[in-house]
Amino acid sequence: MSDLEQFRAETRAWLEANCPPEMRTPMKRETDGCWGGRNWVFKSEAQKLWLERMAAKGWTAPSWPKQYGGAGLSRAEDKILKQEMKRINARPPLLSFGIWMLGPALLKFGSEEQKMRYLPEICRGEIRWCQGYSEPNAGSDLASLATKCEDKGKYFLVNGSKIWTSYADEADWIFCLVRTDNSGKKHHGISFILFDMETPGVSTKPIKLISGRSPFCETFFKDVKVPKENLVGERDKGWSIAKYLLTHEREMIGDSGNLKPVAQMVAEMGVTPDATLQAKITQLTIDEWAFSQTMSRMLAEAKAGASLGAKSSMLKYYGTELNKRRYEVMMDAAGYDGLEWESERSNDGDLARLWLRTKGNSIEGGTSEVQLNIIAKHILELPGT
Amino acid sequence: MGLLLTDDEKMLKESAEGFFADKAPVSQLRALRDDRDATGYSKQLWADMAEMGFAGVLVSEEQGGFDMGFMAAGLIAEQMGRNLTASPFLSTSVLAATALKSAGDEKAGKLLPELVSGKTVMALAVDEGRKHNPDAIEMTASPSGNGFKLNGKKAMVVDGHMADQIIVAAQTEDGLTLFVVPADAQGLNAERTIMVDSRNAARMVFEDVEVTGEHVLGEVGKGDEVLNTVLNAGRAVLAAEMLGASAQVFEATNEYLKERKQFGKIIGEFQALQHRMAHLYCELELARTAVYAALTVLDDNPKSAAPFVSMAKAKLGSVAKLAALEAVQLHGGMGMTDELDIGLYLKRIRVAQELLGDADYHITKITN
Repeated sequence: MSDLEQFRAETRAWLEANCPPEMRTPMKRETDGCWGGRNWVFKSEAQKLWLERMAAKGWTAPSWPKQYGGAGLSRAEDKILKQEMKRINARPPLLSFGIWMLGPALLKFGSEEQKMRYLPEICRGEIRWCQGYSEPNAGSDLASLATKCEDKGKYFLVNGSKIWTSYADEADWIFCLVRTDNSGKKHHGISFILFDMETPGVSTKPIKLISGRSPFCETFFKDVKVPKENLVGERDKGWSIAKYLLTHEREMIGDSGNLKPVAQMVAEMGVTPDATLQAKITQLTIDEWAFSQTMSRMLAEAKAGASLGAKSSMLKYYGTELNKRRYEVMMDAAGYDGLEWESERSNDGDLARLWLRTKGNSIEGGTSEVQLNIIAKHILELPGT
Repeated sequence: MGLLLTDDEKMLKESAEGFFADKAPVSQLRALRDDRDATGYSKQLWADMAEMGFAGVLVSEEQGGFDMGFMAAGLIAEQMGRNLTASPFLSTSVLAATALKSAGDEKAGKLLPELVSGKTVMALAVDEGRKHNPDAIEMTASPSGNGFKLNGKKAMVVDGHMADQIIVAAQTEDGLTLFVVPADAQGLNAERTIMVDSRNAARMVFEDVEVTGEHVLGEVGKGDEVLNTVLNAGRAVLAAEMLGASAQVFEATNEYLKERKQFGKIIGEFQALQHRMAHLYCELELARTAVYAALTVLDDNPKSAAPFVSMAKAKLGSVAKLAALEAVQLHGGMGMTDELDIGLYLKRIRVAQELLGDADYHITKITN
């Protein structure tokens, strides 16, 4: 038996023995998952047990080095773990911006002290992070951000506000882009800092979306004092960290690899499509297949030594637009039933709310238009205006 | 699924790239068109393709071929698509070779080596109406003496105007049957049809064409299965040709956008045009994946290939069309001129869309 075969066998046996049955059922929505953090109330004993067991194995962030709370798995082992989890429908033990976004940035740009301080508690789900990027006047044009960060000798003083901060009202800490220098070009003078959301002067206000749900907040900073050791990387040069992290985020948002095919969703609604609807579903089926295969191909290419680079914009653009098309067709299929907003039958308008939520997919993390700009500039090498 | 090209495949791709750019560029198609060439392709090129091993790419080594598989055939076709190369590759090296291989009888053993050497050109006669529809074959093979009499009409028989042998699908009392008929058989009348892409097909009329058991390919009444295999091979390889044509016309358009000036600017600076190109780029990436995935399934797991081949042909049906239409529009008035090659790509893509089933056909096929 090869090493990988043995790893698979051991992983399978461990998961069978350790994944509680309640954690082998699909999550209906994000908020059903475990987000962890100082104030997290576990939704069940099984959820707590599953997190603790996986964290002890280093499998909440399997590819991170062991000393930071990961398991140091190779790409091949990581893939096997994912496959084996999928095989028994195991839920992810932890949903975490710390793992998806901050962690990779800290691993690349953070100091050794910062890695040791933050990464292990991220892996154990003891700290919940939010991302302070967009501002009311810095959306697509993110680099024009203006949240002021002044060097006061012993500490930084932060004043300003952020918007579209996911779950800011539930997060413990924030990783935040701030302006430390205003004198040069807009990409210069941005710094990447970390601070506790309980610091005096930090406040949040949820934003109610068209879906009726509030996954985002406005976040305000008034004379917030931040210790100087909380600066990640070099001062004024945070834009490169910001971009690195956005690339990660784009690959994640674009990832519809695990989405349930629209044909299956429509079948589960109990709908028998007529010929016109069926043609639309089949067209989507083709694109779902071609997209997920393209995603795998690009990741395989990246593994073979190439960097995804601007291609992550392709995945983000196509994946989010595809998801919007999927939900339009599901609404077509559901008809009047899909329009119910407040009923048990509709699970409180679940489909309609998800449909509305997808409209933000092509806006958040860089709009579709920004992704097309990136493709035109960096892949097609068309001239700038 | 083999999503990345192996080293062997990369080598084949490079050699095909150089070969077709050198021996069969678009100017060759123009010359064939303008000279009203009787064959419709360069015989020298076909001999060279045989020499290169392209003609025998799917034929087994025992029959003198190279047995490189569908992925290899697709990589060759992709380069032909880039250069709009006219040749009997699809009709003979893909469709006929697959039919003979699937039948695996004595006749196949005799004909396959002749395909490899380029000596014999064969055409497949399936469709009868305006659209591709192998489920609507009406041509009959009625019992007559020791054999059959073929009666009926065929349309869009690619390369049928000059093929030496025709593989024809007809209904017998026992079901669909394939026959290999010499092109000069008594009662077989072929009318050359020059198509919009300057390539050639034939309309055929079969009037009491006498055939015997020797002409049957495979078994009487069991033509359906062979035909499905053959058509799927052709569809996947044709999709690869469409991929090559789309990629070429896309790249040419991208270059044009970097040169052409209007309003004192390079037109590639205009965001309205950039976004159309960036979108098309994404669609072409998906199209490439779809084609390679379908070819890989044909090689690795042919029994389950049908839906994947249909998905690839449907995807290319829409993406290649988009690439051709955008190319004409973004080239402006120049895109409408015969001087530029853009129109030739639009025409070839239109034909390839229809051939072996358009996007609508395959979407319906997947559903059923």
